[in-house]
Parts: sequence; structure tokens; C-alpha cells
Amino acid sequence: MLASDTATAGRQSTLGARPKWARILWERSVLALLIASSLVAILTTVGIVLSLLFESIRFFEAVPITEFLFGLEWSPQTAMRSDQVGSSGAFGAIPLFAGTALISLIAMLIAGPIGLLSAIYLAEYASHHVHSIVKPLLEILAGIPTVVYGFFAALIVAPIIRESGSVIGLDVASESALAAGLIMGVMIIPIVSSLSDDVISSVPMSLREASYGIGATQSETIRRVVLPAALPGIVSAMLLATSRAIGETMIVVMAAGLAANLTANPLQAVTTITVQIVGLLTGDQEFDTPKTLAAFALGLTLFVITLLLNVTALRFVRRYQEQYD
Amino acid sequence: MTDLIENTRADSPMLQKRYRAERRFRAYGIVAILIAIAFLGVMLISIFGLGYTAFQQTEVKLDIYFDPDVIDPSGERDPTTLSTANYQSLARNALRSHFPEVTGRREKRELHGLLSRGASNELREMVQEDPAIIGSTQTLWLPASDDLDLLIKGQIDTALPETQRQISDQQIAWGLALQADGLVERNFNHRFLTNGDSREPELAGIWGAMVGSFLALFVCFILSFPIGVMAAIYLEEFAPTNRLTDLIEVNINNLAAVPSIVFGLLGLAIFLNFMDLPRSAPLVGGMVLALMTLPTIIIAARAALKAVPPSIREAALGVGASPMQTVFHHVLPLGLPGMLTGAIIGMAQALGETAPLLMIGMVAFIVDIPQGIFDPATALPVQIFIWADSPERAFLAKTAAGIMVLLGFLIIMNLSAVLLRRRFTRRW
Repeated sequence: MLASDTATAGRQSTLGARPKWARILWERSVLALLIASSLVAILTTVGIVLSLLFESIRFFEAVPITEFLFGLEWSPQTAMRSDQVGSSGAFGAIPLFAGTALISLIAMLIAGPIGLLSAIYLAEYASHHVHSIVKPLLEILAGIPTVVYGFFAALIVAPIIRESGSVIGLDVASESALAAGLIMGVMIIPIVSSLSDDVISSVPMSLREASYGIGATQSETIRRVVLPAALPGIVSAMLLATSRAIGETMIVVMAAGLAANLTANPLQAVTTITVQIVGLLTGDQEFDTPKTLAAFALGLTLFVITLLLNVTALRFVRRYQEQYD
Repeated sequence: MTDLIENTRADSPMLQKRYRAERRFRAYGIVAILIAIAFLGVMLISIFGLGYTAFQQTEVKLDIYFDPDVIDPSGERDPTTLSTANYQSLARNALRSHFPEVTGRREKRELHGLLSRGASNELREMVQEDPAIIGSTQTLWLPASDDLDLLIKGQIDTALPETQRQISDQQIAWGLALQADGLVERNFNHRFLTNGDSREPELAGIWGAMVGSFLALFVCFILSFPIGVMAAIYLEEFAPTNRLTDLIEVNINNLAAVPSIVFGLLGLAIFLNFMDLPRSAPLVGGMVLALMTLPTIIIAARAALKAVPPSIREAALGVGASPMQTVFHHVLPLGLPGMLTGAIIGMAQALGETAPLLMIGMVAFIVDIPQGIFDPATALPVQIFIWADSPERAFLAKTAAGIMVLLGFLIIMNLSAVLLRRRFTRRW
């Protein structure tokens, strides 16, 4: 603030418009406002953590945390009558974790190779002209709202997969993990391709030239020199894409099932963490039942998983940047 | 040694193999890009192919006699009488006059099924607007039911056995007879763009959701743009490099990657349960979206401030401006177009966001057009979600048409961001 004070003094002597203290006070309060605005980001994080933790702790008072994390059965329906079988509801989240993992795995099997190969082509082979057309086209994929993907997956792709499954004699569920995972994979292609494109492009030219100099072809250079050099960045792109897939909600809400099956078969219906959060919290029910509180425990789990993935991804990138800068 | 020389000759099998590998690798890249773009193309084409029919609505031309005995037997033109009169029968009588042979109760009901239930609402609105038309006969185009609509649009397989389709053989015959007389036509579906939601597919419109989205985005912008810009100014221009600044920056980056549904949970726990704000209101939706867009806006605004060259600041400081004056009089106006571009892109993201709005209850069935930020409302993407869940077949086209409207807005927003950037980009 020292510079500000001297500047104020200088101007006041020539203009004398406003007393010095008034402007210092004014500027101090503006600065306070600016600081307060930048603290909103921290407050949001604190709000997220506190609200998730607070409700989750109440949930874990009713359902032991070990049952939630390791239980194999998920059926949160609280009973109409107290004497009904299974009236307490079962809150074992393993089938949800498995379903989330299965759908994310399918998505990454689609987005990983397609995204990476597109990025390699764009960064290494494509002319400037092609690059300037294809890259925005791929980025359109990232700009389309997820509810549109959900519609496409549930009402157009899923029936096609089921029909073609029945043609070759396979029994495909109408809300198969495959349909949701496939379309989710398409959605995250641009995340993989865009981030990988950046890291591949930032590999120093001298590495490639050295490789060409000893007689390697372009693809050999890419595979043996460029990709290993870009690997940390590519891994971090994959981690960010996975985190996006795990947290994605609308595609799975519309195209994946509600029934918690513990299966690795992509043709069957599975459910995910996000589907269950939506299922537990939409519709009219009173708050504060284990059923609604369970959604917050799931939200906390989701938050922790995606945060870990993001932090790991950022670590990878930082380490990589230090190598060449 | 001879092997090595041999292998470097252009026609050596080893080198040929390596060249083939090179071409294959290149092809993989092209195939990958083509697959991605093909998905985009197939998705857009199939959605547009489904959705464009919803912009047309089959209408039936009927001569409606506004019978004073039915509408207002007392002749007092009392508003409650006018609003509760049996307009349904006016439309149905007019329709029956074309088929005098229909007399049985069940047959009559089937015939009435060709006309939308919404027809009576339109007659009521006409009378309420101008009671003088009572007693006159007007030629009107009234909406057909979704069954007749699908038939006229050729989306019903008439070869199927009668029990497997919604519309009966008799109704098909009547519908085709009306069409042959020129009494059934497909007209521009203004109802889709001006109505709220409805249980009847032929009456359901997107306007309510559009207003809801607009109100939520308005709240979102009012909150996130000033806060985001101020945060960016602090971080870029004033913040000392210390722990706190570092923490804020890490925080912003992490917030940008938090799944959107978690923001919904935050809104549910804090805005609804703790602060007791109204459920389903665009106010709360806008607040949640504002928290989500904040990182995008801060990052864009910081980039815009960074793009303003230091010489501007030095010149301002040199003639005696305080740092605060430098920023607000010189740096901020130059950075503003870039910030607005970022804000528009952030708003476009917020417009497509669905999951957090589900959490705060903006997913209810709402017929009325919201009048303010406290009224219950839905939003465009949520409306699409609701329609996609509806079992009636006619909603399929509505859903796709809703997506077309949503994509239309996104294109407009992104294009204006691009244009704004082009118009105001300055090379220093």
C-alpha cells in the first residue's frame, strides 16, 4: 500500500479533490471486497466438505461405516410397514462402486485409445489447416450437454445394442452398462485428446530431431521417444478423464439402471454412485431418513475419489513440467 | 555389416515393413478422429431427424359455433361462468357434425379422441379475451390429439394389428377422411414454443423451461460475474505470493473438477435445508450454478487481465494513479471483453447443466410459466430429462426438439463469444 499512499499524496496536492484519508479508506474497503470475493472459492470448498461430512456422519450413526464401504447388498428402500422384511434397508455400497468402475472402465476403453490416437495424429501429423478444423470439431463433443448424451444413449443407442444382441443370441438388458459406458466414452474423448495434444506438442523438438537423425521413422519416433517423454502428461489426462467419468451423472441416470447388480458383465444393467444419489434425493420424501442421508455419504465418497484423482493428475503434470522447462 | 547396409536400401523387406508400420500408425490416428466425428454426426443427425417433426403440429379445421346456451345461458358474461363453461362440447359437436353417422357412446368417445384436450382451453381463452364472439361461428384450426398427430406424420405403422397401436382402425379411417377433405393439416407448432409443460404431448411446450433457464442464468450471472471478476482482479493484481494465495489458486482449480452433482448436494444441504430457500426456484438453481461457474469465470478473467500489457499499468502509475485507480480505470476496461467472453462460455456450460438442478428439486412437473425467481420452475435440460422419461411415444420427438432448442441457444452463446473475442482482441 506504500506506493498507493505516495501516489495519493502527489495527486491530492495538485487536484485536492478528495481528502486523502477518504480515498485510502475507500481503496482499503474495495481491496477488502476483492479479497472477500476470492475467498468465495474457499468458502465453497468448505461448504461442500462440511455439508457432506455433517450429513454423512449422521448417516454413519445409523449405518456402520464398514457396512457402507464393504457391504455387498444395496437396497435402500425403507419399508412401508415396520414388520416388513428388510425394513431397515441395506446400505452396502460395493455394487455401486463396482458398477461405477465398470461403466468408467468401458468409457475409458473407448475414450483412451480414440482420444490418444486422435491427439497423436493432431499433434504430429496433421497440417495446420486440418488441425484448425478437427480440433474444434472434437471440442464440440465436450460442449454438448450431458443430458443430450443421456438421451442418445438411452433412447437410440441402447435399443440398437439390445436388438443387435438378440440377433446374435445375446441377452442384453435394456439399460446395459455397455450403452452408458460407450456414450460416456464418446463424451470424454475431447478431454483425453485435448490434454494429450497439449502435452505431446510440448515435447521439445530436439528429441524428435535426434530420433530422426539416427534413422527412425516418424511413427517410431512417436512411439519410442515422444510418447515416453509425454507419458506423465498423458497419464494425468487419463486420470482427469476417469474422474470426469466417475462423476458424470446424466448419462448414467438416463441410460444405466437403478437395480444394484454386482456383475462384471457389460451387457447387464448396473447402477452407479451418481445414479443412486439422484434416485435417493428426487421425489417426495422427508429428509433425515437414512435413505436421504445415504446420498450424502455417497456424495462424500464421490468427492473424495474425484479429488484424489485430480490431485494425482496435477502432481503428474507438475513433475513432468519440471523436466523440460 | 552387410545386413545393416542391406536394411537401409529403399526396397529392403525390413525397411518396407517399417514403412508399412508407419502408414498403419498414421491410419490409426485418422480412423480414431473419424470415429469421434462420426459419433458426433450420427448423434446430431438422429436427434435432428427425430426432433424436427415436433415443430409441426397436426391441426383440425372446425367451424365452432360459440353456442350462448352452452357458454353463458344467463347472458350475464360473468367471468367465472365464462371460465368454467363446457368448451369441450363445442369442439366435439363441431367435430361430430362431420360424422353424423356416429351415435354410440363408445364410438363418440373414439371420435373425440382425435381432438386434443387442449382444444377447449384455446376456445376458453378466445372467449375470455373477447366475449363478443359468443353466438358467432368461427372457423378455427384446433390441435389434434397426439395419436392423430403421429398418424398424419406417418409415424404409426398402420400394418400392425390394432391392439398393438394406440390408434384404432376406426380412428385411422376418420382421420384419413378428414385429411381427404382438407380439414387436417400440419401447421407450424407455435404451441411448442409458447406453452409450458403438459401431460398431453401435443400441448407440451418449452417456453416454461426456457423462462426457468433464463431466470436461473440471470441469477447465476449476477452473482458469478462480479464475484469472479473481483476475485480475478485480486489474485492477478494485488495478491501477495503467500500460502493463502496458493491455497485459493489450488482451490479454484480443484473446484473446477468437482462433479456437478456434488454442487447439487451442497445446494440441497445449505441453500434449501439450512437457509430454507424455496425448493424448485430459479433463485437456488442460479446460486448453485453460480458456484459452479465461478472457477471458469475466474480463470478466464485472470487470463484477460494477464493479456493487458504491463506498460499500461506503468503508464497509469507513472502519472500518479493509485494501484486501485490503475486497475479500475485502465486495466479492467481493457480486460473486460475477454472477461465477458469467458462469462458467456461459463453461462453456456451452466445452461447445459442438469444434475445439480435435479438435487434442488427443479425437476417437478410445472405447467405454469414462472413469473419470478421465487416461482417453481424447471430448466431447459431438466425439461428434456423429464420428457425423455415419459412413456408416450409422442414425447420422443418433443425431447429431440427440446434438445434442438437447447443446442440452438448454446450455438448462439458460443458464437457470440467467438465474435466478441474477434471484435475486441487487441494486438499490443
